[in-house]
Amino acid sequence: MEHIVIIGNGISGVTAARHIRKLSDKQITIVSAETDYFFSRTALMYVYMGHMKFEHTQPYEDWFWEKNRIHLKKGYVKNIETKSKTLQFADGGSLQYDKLIIATGSKPNKFGWPGQDLDGVMGMYHKQDLDNLERYAPNNKVCKRAVIVGGGLIGIELAEMLNSRNIPVTFLVRENSFWNGVLPEGESTMINRHIKNHHIDLRLGNNLKEIISDENGKVKSIIIQETGEEITCDVVGLTAGVSPNIDFIKDSDIEIGRGVKVNRFLETSIQDVYAIGDCAEQHEGINGRRPIEAVWYTGRMMGETVAQTICGNRIQYNPGHWFNSAKFLDIEYQTYGWVFAKPRENEAHFHWKHADDTKCITVCYNKNTNEFLGINTFGIRMRHGIFDTWLTEKRDVDYVIAHLAEANFDPEFYKTYEVDIHSAFKNELQTV
Amino acid sequence: MSNKINHSMSLAKPDAVDISNKQKVALAIGILGLFILVLALFNTNFPNKGLFLTLSLGFISVGILIYSRDAYLTKLEGIKNDGIWFKSISSRGVWGWILGVILTAFYIVLYFYPQYLGLGKDGASNTGLISLFDPLSNLLSGRNASQWFVYGTLYTIAILAFGYKFMLKYRHNRYEQLRTVSVMFFQLGFAFLIPEFMYVMNSDLPYYDLKSVWPLNYYIFDEWSVKGFLSNGNIGLGLILFGIISIFVITPILTYKYGKRWYCSWVCGCGGLAETAGDSFRQLSSKKMSAWKLERWLIHTVLVFSVVMTVAMVYTYLGYDHNAFWLTKGLFIGLVIGFLTLVFAGVMYFKRKEFGRDAKYGAIGYFVVIALLVIMHFTGTTDNVFFIKGSALRSAYGVYIGSIFSGVIGTGFYPILGNRSWCRFGCPMAAILGFQQRLFSKFRITTNGGQCISCGNCSNSCEMGIDVRAYAQKGENIVRSSCVGCGICSAVCPRGVLKLENDTMEGRINPTEILLGNDVDLMDLVNKK
Repeated sequence: MEHIVIIGNGISGVTAARHIRKLSDKQITIVSAETDYFFSRTALMYVYMGHMKFEHTQPYEDWFWEKNRIHLKKGYVKNIETKSKTLQFADGGSLQYDKLIIATGSKPNKFGWPGQDLDGVMGMYHKQDLDNLERYAPNNKVCKRAVIVGGGLIGIELAEMLNSRNIPVTFLVRENSFWNGVLPEGESTMINRHIKNHHIDLRLGNNLKEIISDENGKVKSIIIQETGEEITCDVVGLTAGVSPNIDFIKDSDIEIGRGVKVNRFLETSIQDVYAIGDCAEQHEGINGRRPIEAVWYTGRMMGETVAQTICGNRIQYNPGHWFNSAKFLDIEYQTYGWVFAKPRENEAHFHWKHADDTKCITVCYNKNTNEFLGINTFGIRMRHGIFDTWLTEKRDVDYVIAHLAEANFDPEFYKTYEVDIHSAFKNELQTV
Repeated sequence: MSNKINHSMSLAKPDAVDISNKQKVALAIGILGLFILVLALFNTNFPNKGLFLTLSLGFISVGILIYSRDAYLTKLEGIKNDGIWFKSISSRGVWGWILGVILTAFYIVLYFYPQYLGLGKDGASNTGLISLFDPLSNLLSGRNASQWFVYGTLYTIAILAFGYKFMLKYRHNRYEQLRTVSVMFFQLGFAFLIPEFMYVMNSDLPYYDLKSVWPLNYYIFDEWSVKGFLSNGNIGLGLILFGIISIFVITPILTYKYGKRWYCSWVCGCGGLAETAGDSFRQLSSKKMSAWKLERWLIHTVLVFSVVMTVAMVYTYLGYDHNAFWLTKGLFIGLVIGFLTLVFAGVMYFKRKEFGRDAKYGAIGYFVVIALLVIMHFTGTTDNVFFIKGSALRSAYGVYIGSIFSGVIGTGFYPILGNRSWCRFGCPMAAILGFQQRLFSKFRITTNGGQCISCGNCSNSCEMGIDVRAYAQKGENIVRSSCVGCGICSAVCPRGVLKLENDTMEGRINPTEILLGNDVDLMDLVNKK
């Protein structure tokens, strides 16, 4: 029986395993050095905040794996020998495979800051990071202040986590407005204000210069590049993005770039070795997507796809319209289609913001054809299915604005804003 | 505090954030109010009972009000679940167990030893705790209090005060707010005040909480109850007819349109307490597959038990002669068998595709009911069902289901099993509504395409123990008989994935393997087999 070995028990690897099991009777082994069972990485923050316990982040009960004959092995793969199809483990063991799926995800970026490996300095990605945070920031007496470096999605989540335990947070953001490489200005500045409303010390346009150690090798303070200011702190969170977790592959024959290079079939340069999820790098981005996408659902989709290929139905990875979501403290964010921070050539943005400063939308459309290209929505939930259809049908922006109510996904009895938005849109057209 | 640095790296129990000084004061005020009740319980004879009762209930309410205001109004609107798994009381810690024991003991005394609460027997005047409530009872209905009046008053206070707390907690969410206003209104009006006023108008009428529908209200068709209604002319007749219409007409229509939530989380008193005072314990319900299995067996067994019991009871006091009363034993049994067969055949004919193995269980369940009824009738042993008297069946139901299951376990175990264990495992009304919700209702929780990140907030906060995430991460709508439509899964979802809504029946249940967002061809290939 063919033995499929999957390195990594995150959403990509586990989805692949589940679908291979649905489609076939192959022998399946998932290898992980992180945890015994699959858990939802995106939920780690809620464990620290006390909304959930760690076991609640595990979407499947422990019996699930045995019932579905998915063998789980805990171990750290040190080396992949593709000629003999063997994995070498750090503890000395080895494992033979017939087909290998690399799904090792990401690791937090470190940019060579002095002191980046001190005690009390951590990312927020792995289960071990959570354990570390619990150790160095259990409460605001042990951790009197934390500094977060990097203004992205994980950074703001870490800020929210620390905030939940009343630990003062200084949030260093390189850009001059939060996440403004991705978000248009109106949205980005609204989030700036929301962050400050939560009493988080947001420092825009500030970079980390170095992290200073105390006599025990633990972080004592940090120094800001621009001002030279020293901020005393007990924890430093490094959340300046993630990159593929592929160090152990560097000595193998598998072609890598920033990630494991794969073609549209998620096949690597070596026969019978596949890569999916955050660690996979497409030769070229698909439909405007980036070559490496560290997003939950793309990992899942690659898992769904590679399972087909492995089970004899070789198909391309072909993601549909771009979508994503996040939550900035109390403000939910969803996006469907493409809305870039600044309109590209021939594009225009329509921006509407509610007076309470917690809800806004930005609609991107083609100035010449009026085609609807995408929407960002904050504080208002929208239907994925409807926007997916509208994008496929290439609806024009007037149609989308006029039918926005159909896409509303807020709970019943919520106030609706479609009329407001519609009239704002008409007004804007008139003044132009 | 500082010695709790967790070097074991375990995630066991970090310190919960301390409560504020204002909250400590609020807590003290509330405890003072409770203390007056405890003093009364130990037979302290207060000089001015009306004053002390007012002080006690006032302190309790004000304590809860101040506490909640400080907990929620000092923060921005949003999800307020920080530390619920760290706090001892809401994570089955020591305080949780202590509260559980106190509540359980209270229910045991309330149901089985009301004399310890000071109930005066055989016309003797009340003492202790119950006598403290005499002034209020006299004010409302001109009679002295009973243990049920004491319980009803405390129950209502709990729903009102904790309802206020809940509304502050979800002040960004109008669905939650309206729903809570609704349960507060129905508890105060329908369960508490109206029955008292009805008594003032006509003291012979049996107690009737109009919103309490059979089989949750299992005593409405008891002989004393029916006779009580029928001996009171048109009002009584109207009330008993309303009781019958409630279950056979109103309930099916509303459940078809809105799902069982119209009752369970908008109207019902048990649900009202669970959603307000019990809100802090919702995360404790078990999401295991094994718990779901137990639930399906247990709740349907209770339903069958309640149907058999009620039929046997009614059968007992009906006569044989149709000249005396049009509804005779024979006709009644015929109607019941006819109705159940109709429901069974209808479901089997129209909905059998939606059943898995559960269909067989359901079939067996109904078969057992009908067989029991038929045997009961044709053995001709007038009041015996399998050698058990109808009245014995009734009192067994009253003790084991009505008191122990719904009260002692259902509410006493809030801090251990979660706030809806009665609704989930035992309530026969919930079973009927759920059966309909699963098969004939427009209600569902819609999953928003491929947005789910499997975080588990939804499952964690489901008081009915539904593993919501298991559906959401498959892009599948949630259509479950047990869902009471509280809407918290939708509220806590960080990605806007869930929405409670009433829509068409078609496509309501949409099992998928590949979620929206992936290759369209692949979705077609895998999803449409």
